[in-house]
Amino acid sequence: MDFTLNIEQQALADNVDRWHQRDFSFEKRQAFLSTSQGLDPARWATFAELGWLGAGLSEDQGGFGGSAIENMVIMERLGPALVTEPIVGAAIHALQILAALPFSALRDDLVRKTVYGDLIPAVAHSERASTISDDLVETQLDHGLIYGNKTMALGAPHADVFIVSAVSEGRLGLYLVDRKATNLSLASYRLLDNSHAADVCLDGVEPRTALATGVHAAAALEEGYSQALTAICAEAVGIMNATITLTGDYLKVRQQFGQTLNQFQALQHRMADMLVEAELSRSIVFQGVAAAGYPLDRRRHAVSAMKSIVSSAASFVGQNAVQLHGGIGMTEEYPVGHYFRRLFVIAGQFGSEDVHIERMSANAQKFWPDNRAG
Amino acid sequence: MNFEVSADDEAFRAEVREFIAAELPDDIARRGAHDYHSAYEDVRRWMRILNRKGWAAPHWPEELGGTGWPGIRKFIFQDELRRARAPVLDRCGLDLLGPVLAAFGSKAQQERFLPRILNCDEWWCQGFSEPNSGSDLASLSTRAELKGDHWIVNGQKIWTTEAHYADWMFALVRTDSTGKPQAGISFLMIDMKSTGITRRPIWTIDEGLTVNEVFFEDVRVPADQLVGELNRGWDYAKFLLGHERTGNAVVSHTKRDVEQVRHLASVARRGTGRCIDNPAFAAKLARLEAEVIALEWSVLRVLHTDGHTGSGEAVASLLKLRGSELSERAALLAADALGEYGLVAMPDPDGLHNMYPHSLSPPINDDEAIGVTAKAMFRRSMSIYGGTNEIQRTLIARTILGL
Repeated sequence: MDFTLNIEQQALADNVDRWHQRDFSFEKRQAFLSTSQGLDPARWATFAELGWLGAGLSEDQGGFGGSAIENMVIMERLGPALVTEPIVGAAIHALQILAALPFSALRDDLVRKTVYGDLIPAVAHSERASTISDDLVETQLDHGLIYGNKTMALGAPHADVFIVSAVSEGRLGLYLVDRKATNLSLASYRLLDNSHAADVCLDGVEPRTALATGVHAAAALEEGYSQALTAICAEAVGIMNATITLTGDYLKVRQQFGQTLNQFQALQHRMADMLVEAELSRSIVFQGVAAAGYPLDRRRHAVSAMKSIVSSAASFVGQNAVQLHGGIGMTEEYPVGHYFRRLFVIAGQFGSEDVHIERMSANAQKFWPDNRAG
Repeated sequence: MNFEVSADDEAFRAEVREFIAAELPDDIARRGAHDYHSAYEDVRRWMRILNRKGWAAPHWPEELGGTGWPGIRKFIFQDELRRARAPVLDRCGLDLLGPVLAAFGSKAQQERFLPRILNCDEWWCQGFSEPNSGSDLASLSTRAELKGDHWIVNGQKIWTTEAHYADWMFALVRTDSTGKPQAGISFLMIDMKSTGITRRPIWTIDEGLTVNEVFFEDVRVPADQLVGELNRGWDYAKFLLGHERTGNAVVSHTKRDVEQVRHLASVARRGTGRCIDNPAFAAKLARLEAEVIALEWSVLRVLHTDGHTGSGEAVASLLKLRGSELSERAALLAADALGEYGLVAMPDPDGLHNMYPHSLSPPINDDEAIGVTAKAMFRRSMSIYGGTNEIQRTLIARTILGL
């Protein structure tokens, strides 16, 4: 094991930090939010040029020789920038599903276009009754047409294509559907973090092609889901740390009762608890990344443990950061409220703490890890 | 970055596991599954077995009996000991005094004391806390005055773990009252057989005996039993407490506890099914397990690099804070898994830890269940000793967060 960034990873991390500070300050983000719908095409092109969209793929998969580690590095650093573009939805969830499919010329084409920013895919998998990859899919493929309702497809309003899960004669499949396909409609919305998503209504939609069926489809979904989970958890770690720094700086200057707030032990101890939550979250994200190499049941157990911890920590840190700021923390014009909103969304995204605790419990009946690490 | 366990470390774990399976005596292993403190004779037998293998004190310098293992190997070794429920060794001698003597003791002191610690010929206790010096340790007032070639010690220590059978004590004593409190403290080794020492056992709410009061009345200590320099004791104490930054996370203990809870909850009935099938219980167990994983990976981070924010001292605070909380919760959950039997006083069937020797025993025949409620009571102390968790929070706020 080695927990230090190598030279390339450090350069990547610095690269993201630099971009954040130079090109996407809080003020620039505020201006962008007031005029836009969550995606700036020029910014998406920049992400592609900087190599971030394909950073988590090996060269074999059509990426730049990276892995989940690179995605973790990017997401942790990118977290405090609070970008609203669908990095997680398109460049991690959808892209990792595509990359996990059996080889085909089509797959390679989709991956390449996504990595270079020429195509934005979105995953239309969740349904009202299911938030986790191995849950039941009710959407049907019947005589070549897809019928069903998908919820919370991240980045769907910006998407060119959808990866749609559907069942045909009891067999799960993944299908490629064009945004402009007949009988496809979107109900778009904006999340509390100012990113955009949509419910996707498929009322007899003809897919462009089947991407995979059966075990291949299930495995690709699993891969995409686990990678997306890990990515938002890494993002949460970055935001938690930024939140704690911001709050600490505020406590050191804000005066009440003739002294700065950092003199009050009740507040010091709350901050210590927030730091502990953030540090333990970072630790378990490493475990989530390591889990990419685990057998299936153990990997599920590992990523659910990760998400349950991070969901809880994100809530704790976000809530308390606003509390320690007092009234200013409630305002739109100050960053902590925006960190809070993104942490709030991450806590519930891809399954809440409860969902993952339940998944661990169910999984534990089948599997009990002996000496998980070390 | 790379999160794979190396093949060499995997092989090392297998080697340790094999050794313990072959060498840990069956009767000790059976008592080890009980949740009382390890019995003195069990510890002594087991330490001698480890010492013959050269594994009694892996963290000591090699020339003094250590193994030269890197941090991760020492962690794996501990992890396997806990997994096998082997007796918990003499922590005061091995983990606390040993490194201090190795770093600051004279050659004569090292030769006199260290081999006897390794072979458990002499058992040590730590004389730090006093009735009016708990969290505020530097205010301690037990004093030592040099008269000729002896120190004359007067005062009182409290919460002294295993003082009831310790042969020796290393103590912080006041040797100067003029300057800053920290600057007038020295580190002294005291023979517990000395005239003028009185021990009084303190039975704790687990009905067990681990801590004591120790009184000193004109106790004569040879001058050459001062460790290091006069009035540098506070530095040595800080070195001692900071020497092992990951051990106070007690993560291997708590991993073992989680396995125990899983076992107990799989056997115990609750309503019409098993305890483990109760969704509320299962959720608590899963949550605990997730937190233990996070703690373990925090320990791994410290062992492999020093990737944690802030200084080493603060990292130790973080691990101690969360580690003690999880340890307490694991013990409570084990009692919870026993249902109503989780409310029952459990005297040690081997009669080694009984405040009330003629007490009733509950009808429990599962070695893993025996002593669970005593543990649930004793573990309440985890967030108090070794620096209360409130002290740790203050340290984190000041050192890492700069508040």
